[in-house]
Amino acid sequence: MKVLTLNFLTCAVKACKSSSDSFPLHPKDCELVSDELEVNSALLTNVLTRVDWKALTTTAAELGFPTLPATPPTPEELAGDEKMLKELHTLLMETQINEGKLVCGHCGHEYAVKEGIANFLLPNHLV
Amino acid sequence: MASTEEIAPEKYEEQHVHEVYEQIASHFSSTRYKAWPIVKQFMQSLTPGSVGLDVGCGNGKYLAVNHDVFIIGSDRSSNLVKIASQHQPHAAIVADTLALPHQAASFDFAISIAVIHHLSTPERRTEAVAAILECLKDEGKALIYVWALEQKDSRRGWDEGSEQDLMVPWVMKIGKKNSPSGEATEKTFHRYYHLYRSGELESNIAAAGGEVVESGYEKDNWWAICKRKQIES
Repeated sequence: MKVLTLNFLTCAVKACKSSSDSFPLHPKDCELVSDELEVNSALLTNVLTRVDWKALTTTAAELGFPTLPATPPTPEELAGDEKMLKELHTLLMETQINEGKLVCGHCGHEYAVKEGIANFLLPNHLV
Repeated sequence: MASTEEIAPEKYEEQHVHEVYEQIASHFSSTRYKAWPIVKQFMQSLTPGSVGLDVGCGNGKYLAVNHDVFIIGSDRSSNLVKIASQHQPHAAIVADTLALPHQAASFDFAISIAVIHHLSTPERRTEAVAAILECLKDEGKALIYVWALEQKDSRRGWDEGSEQDLMVPWVMKIGKKNSPSGEATEKTFHRYYHLYRSGELESNIAAAGGEVVESGYEKDNWWAICKRKQIES
């Protein structure tokens, strides 16, 4: 599961969705792998305008990556900075959570990630 | 309604939809690779960098249509999600359509192709539409596809007046290698479907608090593009 994906996921429990504590989910005991992927600069540049940068900063820090800049690069900055584009590509698109858990900061429920696939099916008592 | 008095709809669907897909995943996937024209057109019309959902993505065949957008596909069947997750640059997760793990009002688009007809009560079908609409931004659009009751020219031959809730057989051919008897054989599975009448999908969308942008019929299916109803200020 890509680091980018985490920016678009929250807890599946309905009561958690209105709480700001449920986003982003917190990675726990995660094994990371890197999957090589071709850079698509149009995709990355435009996706970045939709990314919650604060949440991404939290996720990156929790996964042990170097601190991200305080604000996201603008499309213009990105167009002139191939190194930054490549670094963001590596973090968002190539870095994968292969095994581990994603924890809701509101209810504490842990979603398992196995072989790169996160499972959000809820146990009966949480439905 | 096909669900019986004694069984809760979610249990019924577990047995007659989810378990079947889990078992037929690989065979099902090998037969599902051609994108339907309306869906392809919708996916290709998206702005690069758009972020959206494919709710009930199955083997992810629509994740292959546009590589300049980012799609998170979800499905109940982990065997199908495994196949779907191979479509780059997208993502696929195991999730229930009625408990999606996504933020409200955050997505540019959503598709749900041949999915909500597997829910066994009108309330749950409307709830599914509402769950999809809830994820959309104000200007976001969702394309929903369901199997039509009116399909008299199809191999199944159903039409107005046919039963709307039924079990549809899936015949899986089992080769010599995988057969316990060592002989090629076949096994039949039955999946629950609710076949949609003309206008019914639009009614579900209205009941879910959405509005229809465009709708139509394409080869045995009803489809609708919808968005969240804008609250007039």
